[in-house]
Parts: sequence; C-alpha cells; structure tokens
Amino acid sequence: MSNQESSSQGISRRKFLGASAATAGLSVASGVSLISVAEAKPLDTAISSDQRWGMLIDTNKCATGCTSCVDACNTENGLNTGDEQLSRQSQKAQWIRKVELRDKTTGHEVSLPLMCQHCENPPCVDVCPTGASFKREDGVVLVDKHICIGCRYCMMACPYKARSFIHEELLNQVEDVPRGKGTVESCTLCVHRIDEDTNNRRDPACAEACNTAGHKAMVFGDMKDTNSEISKQLKKHSSKAIRADLKLNPGVRYRGI
Amino acid sequence: MKYLRMLLAMITIVLTSTIVMAEVPSPTIPKGNAEKCVKPTGEMRVNHMNYILHQRDETMYDGIRTEQFSFKKCINCHTVKDEAGKVVTYKDERHFCNSCHTYAAVKIDCFDCHASTPNSRNKASTAGGKH
Repeated sequence: MSNQESSSQGISRRKFLGASAATAGLSVASGVSLISVAEAKPLDTAISSDQRWGMLIDTNKCATGCTSCVDACNTENGLNTGDEQLSRQSQKAQWIRKVELRDKTTGHEVSLPLMCQHCENPPCVDVCPTGASFKREDGVVLVDKHICIGCRYCMMACPYKARSFIHEELLNQVEDVPRGKGTVESCTLCVHRIDEDTNNRRDPACAEACNTAGHKAMVFGDMKDTNSEISKQLKKHSSKAIRADLKLNPGVRYRGI
Repeated sequence: MKYLRMLLAMITIVLTSTIVMAEVPSPTIPKGNAEKCVKPTGEMRVNHMNYILHQRDETMYDGIRTEQFSFKKCINCHTVKDEAGKVVTYKDERHFCNSCHTYAAVKIDCFDCHASTPNSRNKASTAGGKH
C-alpha cells in the first residue's frame, strides 16, 4: 500500500498541493510509512523507483548574470576542454544554461537555469532508434553511449533543447564522466555523485555551486520522500513545470515563473 | 633402422618447434601498482572483458558503483609512466591495455569516451568526501 501511494505521488502532486486540511492529514499518514524509502542505499544495491530525483528552482532567488551553476557543471563534467574549444559556439557542449526572460508588459525580468528536465515521459527516449536514450528507475534520464549512434533524433525531440552532440575527439575526460565524439549527451543530475552511499552522497554540482554562491535557488532531492526538503517545499509552495501542456511530468520544477 | 629414423624425425620436430617458440615475441605486460589484482592474473586475462562489461551495465542502469570491477579502479592501478615520469594515455603503445591489445590485434574503443589515465581532481574530491 505504501508503495502504491509513493508511486502515484508524482501524478497526484497538484491535487496534494491544492488540498484541504483533511488531505494534508492523509499525506502525513503516508509520510510515516514512507520513512523506510528515505533510508540509505548501500553502494552495491540497485536504484529503485522508490526514489525519484528532482530539483526545485526558485527563480526569485536566481541572480541575473550569475553563472555559478553553469561553470560548476562545466568543471565537474569536464565540458569544453581540449579540442572542444575549437567547436563553434553553437556546437559546444551545454548541459545547463542560463535563460533570461522579460515580461514585455510589466518589464519584470526572470533569470533561471535550464537543463535536462528529467521527464517522467521523456520524448528523447520515445524517439531513440537504438534504445540508447533511457530513463533510470529513479527518474534520471541518461544516454547509453555504448549504444548511441549519434543520430541526434533525441536532440530534435527534446522540447527543452537540453542535449548536446560531441563534435571533437576527446582525451583526458573526467574519470567519472565518460564522453566521446559522435554521441549525444545531457545533464546526468551528476549520477556519479548521487549514486554514492548516503555518507558520501553529494548534491549535483550546479545545486552545490548555487548554495556556495549564497543564492540557494536550487533544491535537489528525492521527490518521493515526503520528508525531503524538496518535497516539503513542493508541498508548501506553488511550482510550475516548463511546458506543462506536454504532460511530460518533468523532475525539474520552477517557482516564480 | 625404421624405428631409429622415426625417433630422429621426432627429435627434429621437437627441436625445431622449441626454436620457433623461442622466436615468437611475447608482449611485455606492465605490472599494476597494487600488490595483487582483484582476481588472479590468469582469470583476469581470460575474463576481464566480461567483468568490465557486466559492471558497466550495472553501473549505468542500476547505479551500482562498487569498486571491485570498476573500470576507474583498473585505470588508477594499471598506470605506466613515460621517460618524463608522466602517466601515458592510450595513445601511447606502452599503456597497460595497449601492451597486450596491440600484440593480440584486438581493437578496443573504451578510451574514445573513458579516461585512460587516473584523474587526480576527482580522486582528491572523493577522498575529501569520505571524511
């Protein structure tokens, strides 16, 4: 029963958010049974759908012009080093980018980081002809580069323009982040960090950098663990999925847009 | 007489084959940095590709990042240094994997994507994270 509640939680989140005090009582009850889900994953145990990694980005806290998250991502994953620097700007690897929006009527400006939204129903996975694009049990969308043939169909299918193609031969990649010419890649939510056992687990590089920079605009965590910071904030505050009309149910949510 | 001839022929064959075997060049396989490998050398020679392949899928799809058959650990231990004391990449024929794969004419494309040398930045951060 607790598992069923936990797996349906993502779908019914909106209902939960707009719910009355009676519903809140129910979610507290399910929260009690979900405590086991939040427990540590030993290194030798497979991930499971009891977890769903996600991120909540508060655009009110995100600073215009700040690129801490982008820089941290590039460093962590070794993007745009070596021969990649020879690629033209539009072809360079970009796992996370800053987007500045301006409301023409009011002049209100919003700044937000945009990356792979780790959809529950990812179009990139739907279109992949080889099965290289896949979604892990815990909701992280990845590319199996051993199978990827570099057709870039997924890049066209992604409504968030989140994927990049590697155009240059690479040497000296970061050991945790294998990447090579002729394959497509995108944000991995820093799987090599989040797969560690609880004592060593670290937030993705972007969220960590945002905290270090003092903005604290990115909250990373398990959306199925009702006791996690991200779940509490999602429950308390109104948040939006970008292009919610596509019903992709992304794991990355935004506040203030 | 007949038997003597046969014996002579056999001795000749044995001698020739010994000489031929001695002439076959064998690969010089550099030793790893640790005392012993994760499995006996003989077993690794026969099965290393299976261990790595199995671990690869477990890591990628299931998020299992145990160290025993971790590709990263292989690379960290089996380093070869050049004259200048720098660890060589897979572009160098002295690289641990190349030392045998070149000899056996088995082309591997692991290093099109994977790092062929240890990555000090990540090693440092992992060590820091454990305390």
